[in-house]
Amino acid sequence: MLKRTALYSAHQKIGGKLIEFGGWEMPVQYTSITDEHLAVRKAAGIFDISHMGEVTVSGAGAEAFLNSVLTNDVCKLAAGEGQYTLMCNERGGVIDDLYAYKLSDGVYFLIINASRIDPDVAWLQSQASRFSGDLDLTDASHNYAAIAVQGPRVKEFINTVIPGASSSAMRVAAVTDLKKNQIGGFKFGTSGILVSRTGYTGEDGFEIVGSDDAIQRLWDQCLTLGQPFGLKPAGLGARDTLRTEVCYPLYGHELDESTTPIEAGVGFFVSLDKGEFNGRAVLAEQKARGVKKKCVAFKMTDKSAPPRPHYPIWANGAPVGEVVSGTQSPSLNLGIGMGYVPPEWAAPGTIIEIEIRGKRAPAVVVSKPIYRKI
Amino acid sequence: MSNVPSDLKYAKSHEWVRVSGDTAVVGITDHAQAELTDIVFVELPALGRRVKAGEACAVVESVKTASDIYAPVSGEITELNTTVAANPALANTEPYAGGWFFKMKLSQPGELTALLSPEDYKKQIGG
Repeated sequence: MLKRTALYSAHQKIGGKLIEFGGWEMPVQYTSITDEHLAVRKAAGIFDISHMGEVTVSGAGAEAFLNSVLTNDVCKLAAGEGQYTLMCNERGGVIDDLYAYKLSDGVYFLIINASRIDPDVAWLQSQASRFSGDLDLTDASHNYAAIAVQGPRVKEFINTVIPGASSSAMRVAAVTDLKKNQIGGFKFGTSGILVSRTGYTGEDGFEIVGSDDAIQRLWDQCLTLGQPFGLKPAGLGARDTLRTEVCYPLYGHELDESTTPIEAGVGFFVSLDKGEFNGRAVLAEQKARGVKKKCVAFKMTDKSAPPRPHYPIWANGAPVGEVVSGTQSPSLNLGIGMGYVPPEWAAPGTIIEIEIRGKRAPAVVVSKPIYRKI
Repeated sequence: MSNVPSDLKYAKSHEWVRVSGDTAVVGITDHAQAELTDIVFVELPALGRRVKAGEACAVVESVKTASDIYAPVSGEITELNTTVAANPALANTEPYAGGWFFKMKLSQPGELTALLSPEDYKKQIGG
């Protein structure tokens, strides 16, 4: 039985086409992936992200614990700030990628992938059982629904949806005073909600976490007040094309338990100098000596079918790797993707080929992100 | 509501067939294009290829995914719509006109009776 979010009937009402994703019944599109994608690039889009998981970690030992299980350095966070980070096993393989927020001293809020809630929580609990400090760890996923409101025009209406100043975490006079990666607690009617200036699209925008009831009302309010600014509901299809254009990894594609953050190209979020943490030895060695495979971005150079996950990548007449994400880019109107290749084929400008249904089509390795705002 | 022209025959796999003499024109239905949306690539069969009814012989790609197109009847591929290959969005905007895929010479005209009538296809798609 697939799980349904608090917005399930809202999606049905506006004709969302529902598919299975990570055990959830989620809208893949409402009208067209291309239209929804371009609305987010040019104006605004609203996504249901209630399937994502939330974990609270608190106590005097919370900071030290998180720094022992996550790759980024949580000590760098002030109250009301968040960071992208990864959770690795002892081999440096990625258990999940996530956002860690510091709400106040000793109180942290993690947002994790829907498909990884069970393995993440099991891993965190096993790590916590070996940790001696004061620690409370709670899977709060079932308490929360969430939306992402993304696009260059969101800042023009979001303060009318959520009026007033924050009352916890980052203290600001208005939602739009939050800076990138900051999070604030706001009141929406009588409900408390968390609003962060983050997203998964490469555009300015906000992610909002709250009770089912608050998120249902927020969804309706955003659609009403955002509509004059071009806001459209957007599904997982557009979410995937948007994140692929800006080369954000998706768990199960760029990341898995046998791939390290260094190989995936997110070594920037691995803080080797913060002290010991899970996977550190392997990651330090890879940073110093290099890796055997690298996640590269590529563009098709001729008109071809779009690249898709698992298509073979060829270089110099031999298969050298595999596509992990691939689609037609609605912004660039050509096939784009990411894949793993040995480092000798990873430099931008390298000519490669993508095997599509038995035929090879030319492509070129490009620097990340594939799409850049002009 | 999807458009299901009354002068065509239909395959369960959402292709339409327009027959004249021993030649059939094949495309995908309005319902199929609406389900796929955002068609970005059409891969047509080789000219002269002999296909059997039900054989996958073309591919249509939306932003999200690749879908096989099946030969509704058996025969030889005699003409390709290079216009739809160059401008795949035609399959979305004109599925029964400029968005046709290929023509074929029927080798088993009797198979046409196994195809769906417009009424039966409407029932299949819940229209």
